[in-house]
Amino acid sequence: MEFQHIINEIKKVDPEMPERLSDRRTAMKSFAGIGAKIGLAALPFFIGSIFKKAYAQSGPSQNVVLDVLNYALTLEYLEAEFYAMGIAKGTALVPAGAPAAAIKTIGDHEAAHVEFLKTAITASGGTPVAKPTFDFTAGGTFANVFTDYATFLAVAQTFEDTGVRAYKGRAAEITGGGDLLTAALNIHSVEARHAAHIRTMRKANGFGDVKPWITGKESGIGSVVQASYDGEEMTTQAGINIVNINGAMISASAATEAFDEGLTKEQVLAIVGPFIVQ
Amino acid sequence: MIQKSSEALSRRAFLGMAGAATGMMVLASSCSKNDDDNMMNNGVDLGNGDVGILNYAYALEQLEAAFYTRVAQSPYNGISASENALLTDIRDHEIAHREFFKSALAGAAISNLEFDFSAVDFSSRASVLATAKAFEDLGVSAYNGAGKLIVTPDYLTLAGKIVSVEARHAAYIRDLISNGSFADNTVVDMNGLDTSRMPADVLAVAAGFIKTKINASNLPR
Repeated sequence: MEFQHIINEIKKVDPEMPERLSDRRTAMKSFAGIGAKIGLAALPFFIGSIFKKAYAQSGPSQNVVLDVLNYALTLEYLEAEFYAMGIAKGTALVPAGAPAAAIKTIGDHEAAHVEFLKTAITASGGTPVAKPTFDFTAGGTFANVFTDYATFLAVAQTFEDTGVRAYKGRAAEITGGGDLLTAALNIHSVEARHAAHIRTMRKANGFGDVKPWITGKESGIGSVVQASYDGEEMTTQAGINIVNINGAMISASAATEAFDEGLTKEQVLAIVGPFIVQ
Repeated sequence: MIQKSSEALSRRAFLGMAGAATGMMVLASSCSKNDDDNMMNNGVDLGNGDVGILNYAYALEQLEAAFYTRVAQSPYNGISASENALLTDIRDHEIAHREFFKSALAGAAISNLEFDFSAVDFSSRASVLATAKAFEDLGVSAYNGAGKLIVTPDYLTLAGKIVSVEARHAAYIRDLISNGSFADNTVVDMNGLDTSRMPADVLAVAAGFIKTKINASNLPR
């Protein structure tokens, strides 16, 4: 951990910080000294406490950070419980071997994300939101989600692709957020790895003609999940047309695949709303 | 919202930054010959601030695009139709990323880098996929690590749009090598977090494949 770096960053943004924190500098230095002794599992708390001390006055506000983290936590609760319930069905739902192992890998990650975010929120001076009550049939839309493998994987794909878009959509709000931003990015790319694998599983089983990446705004599932894919068809980035850019033969499909798009908080909440009872 | 903020990142904003950097380059080119030599010895300067980070990403995308271009030109022995199609997709994605940065950086963009893939046996599936895996995991960790160095929110969003595609590539390549290794514990830790690396660490790994010397000393840290 680069605590001195964090202090330097604060100085850049808030030159008066050293004076304001002068009596805290000794404390920060002693943090640096014990950094090596702190185990990986304790890291979220440690990052959070540093964050609370260091960034409360600069960078993204504590309120924004806590809002983003609690938003992320809600989505991770959703994913973690979804996989836990799927795994509980055993081989009646997910075939033994590679499929079951992959779902367990993903479920373990989502459960770890829940714990990580809860700890980071608490350590940052916030209160983790409570786990909502979920209805993974979404009011009957996916009535066989835990009895039909194809439906289960379709919902999994939608959750993962939506998760990727959700983190991406709010990253800009925590620009300059130091190690908490890094942690959010490190979760974001894991969700993308999950999404790619679930999509590969669906393709291998003939459940959907999808690639590991998103082509256009195609879900390979149906209109019921379309809101999770709308907007992915963008072929311009920062005002630059990606199709055949600079004479390279880049198709419209490739142009959309090459960039994943974010979703706003409102869009994500509308998507997951049907899965949340309260 | 995202689309809105993307549009807000107008070409002019990019070009405005590029203009400032171009001024610096003009200044540099007016240095004496000796200074020029020193600059040559120090390698291609990525620059500083957000432009430096964007050039850093541009360098990595150049590397990946060059690699997959070779892969697509001479597919490895026994490649399946599906693998060939998806590896060609990846080539196109990396070229799209490379050209995007080139256009976005305009006058501030670094030159075309030269690569050395002599360590790769392009006829061997194992060699090609192992290299691809290394590049994709490296790319993911590079974007993840650079995120906190970015000052402009829109650039962070753009990096986010690319890194998740790199992560999709990484997962696919890993599954080709060993199904189920898409997010194994060599890249994801016990908190469920992916790997992040700072530029110096990334470039040290990439240097084995890049002939052109790169000077990253002005990047934010």
